[in-house]
Amino acid sequence: MDQILAVIADGIIYSAWLFIAAVGLTLIYGVMKIINVTHGSFYALGAYAGASLTGAWIARGLPVEWSYAVLAAGALAVTLVVAPLIERGILRFMYARDEVVILLITYALFLILEDTIKLIWGVNPYFAAEPYALLGSFEVGGLPYPTYNLILVALAVISGGGLAWMLQSTRVGKLLVSVIHDPEVSRAMGINVDRYYMVTFAFGSLLAALGGSFTAPTVSVVPGLGVEIIVLSFAVVVIGGLGSLPGAALGALIVGVVRSVCVHYAPELELFVIYFVMAMVLAFRPRGLFSLAEPRKI
Amino acid sequence: MTRDRIPLVLLAIFLVVALAGLWTPPWALFILTIAFAKGLVALGLMLFLRAGLVSFGQALYYCAGAYAAGALGRYLGVSDIFLMMAAGAAVAGLLGFILGFLLAKYRGIFFGLLSLALSMILYGLLVKNEALGSTDGFNIRPSTLFGVRPDLEWLRYLVALSAAAVALGAAALVHRYLGTPLGRLAPAIKDNEIRVEYMGASARHAIHVKYVIAAVLAGIGGALAATTVGHIDPDMAYWTTSGEFIFMAILAGTGSVVAPFAGALIFAVIHTTAYDLSPNTWQMFLGTSLLLLIVFLPEGLWSLFRRRRAG
Repeated sequence: MDQILAVIADGIIYSAWLFIAAVGLTLIYGVMKIINVTHGSFYALGAYAGASLTGAWIARGLPVEWSYAVLAAGALAVTLVVAPLIERGILRFMYARDEVVILLITYALFLILEDTIKLIWGVNPYFAAEPYALLGSFEVGGLPYPTYNLILVALAVISGGGLAWMLQSTRVGKLLVSVIHDPEVSRAMGINVDRYYMVTFAFGSLLAALGGSFTAPTVSVVPGLGVEIIVLSFAVVVIGGLGSLPGAALGALIVGVVRSVCVHYAPELELFVIYFVMAMVLAFRPRGLFSLAEPRKI
Repeated sequence: MTRDRIPLVLLAIFLVVALAGLWTPPWALFILTIAFAKGLVALGLMLFLRAGLVSFGQALYYCAGAYAAGALGRYLGVSDIFLMMAAGAAVAGLLGFILGFLLAKYRGIFFGLLSLALSMILYGLLVKNEALGSTDGFNIRPSTLFGVRPDLEWLRYLVALSAAAVALGAAALVHRYLGTPLGRLAPAIKDNEIRVEYMGASARHAIHVKYVIAAVLAGIGGALAATTVGHIDPDMAYWTTSGEFIFMAILAGTGSVVAPFAGALIFAVIHTTAYDLSPNTWQMFLGTSLLLLIVFLPEGLWSLFRRRRAG
């Protein structure tokens, strides 16, 4: 029984983390039809910015309680600098290209950003465990869990719920939905589609950076962080359906729980099973579990 | 229509390798051999590119070929380079044939994503497999040729020569394939698949055939790289490896079967020199060139030659 509780707790925590890391990807795909490989770069940028800023904050002797705000500020700062640069500087000239070509372009940008990170922060690991250690731990089924994990769960619920609320209940969200369905007609109706693209890209990237910066206290921040998260978040959004918000939540939940079960009962299958689920979903429902059929365009 | 010069070009390259290789230092022969190995994978990707498909998981077959060759040496004590390449081709080809039934239906990003998922499955399996060395992989003994273990000073030369023979032979076969009706369907599939179907051809069948050919090529390349490097590990199946192959294929373009090898050689040379000069900016260099290529030379470096000839 205890082990089942632990499986559930691990699954929820891992799902929350996956959702934060992947939801920006699905948002950007949904609006702009871009498979954004730089998503991993923003995750890594957020992690580095969060870790180094928090490190500096604590080294000055400033209150540790505020370090959570510092983490968020770090993510916000890097995104505000890098995202508009990429979207306005390069991507907006490419929207007419094929999806695959844009994918390759973001891959090229990812390679560039990967080394930019190394140039700025070097190759030595960064640690900022204070926000993680501060909150202590709670127990599930006799196993201690860091309370910090609850922040991740809260962040996942807030970002997912906030996005859903924004899309359904605000003017901006409704306009965005119309941009998603038909950018051309939206433009004709007087919506500034370019601005929506830029804001979406920045916002999606911000979510990735937040995912990175709030993960930073739990890991050592090293080069190659972004490389891993890309395939994982691809798996999550593909399982749920590219561009679908509930899909991303479902994908994160499936991957999180499946992985948690594997870690407890069959650890040698841990990595395999994630991509196995992804391949199965692609094989039987290529557009993901939460997707509508799309008419074939000639 | 001028005479088809590609077979002659391939023969000339082989002769150059055979002759110049005698005076080439071993490290350069090593780079050359690796370029042939990776060029084979890029050649397979070129077949996809011609049909408008990009595979983000060709490392699956590269790794499968390498592990097939490695298993041959580890469990059966075979270290003949040709047997290893044959094993790599067979295993990768069989895998490609089976998975091809599934992937031949996919286009666009879904083709890329599914192939990515499949290669990550292999990675996930290998990483957790203690018997095959887990993340460390395992070593492979130096190659033998036809049962003879050459002296170390000759080994690099003979391996490079065998690599050149197999790779260029494969390139010649692919070149012939591109001239067949089935091979010529690729650009048509890229332009308008529905018309291909109206003509009475099956796009699915054509892509399946390409898929198997590309898998076999990648399997040979993987086996070749395994015996040349003398070590294999699961990173050969990781998505970044697939990314490198895509870079080579796009760098080269789809103009000729020689192009992927040129692409792989350029990649290998850049890789070696950039790693020496400035290891922390080499990906930046790759990314920038990839970006510039896609924007300014979408047909690859090879198109520079063609444009000049046309003009």
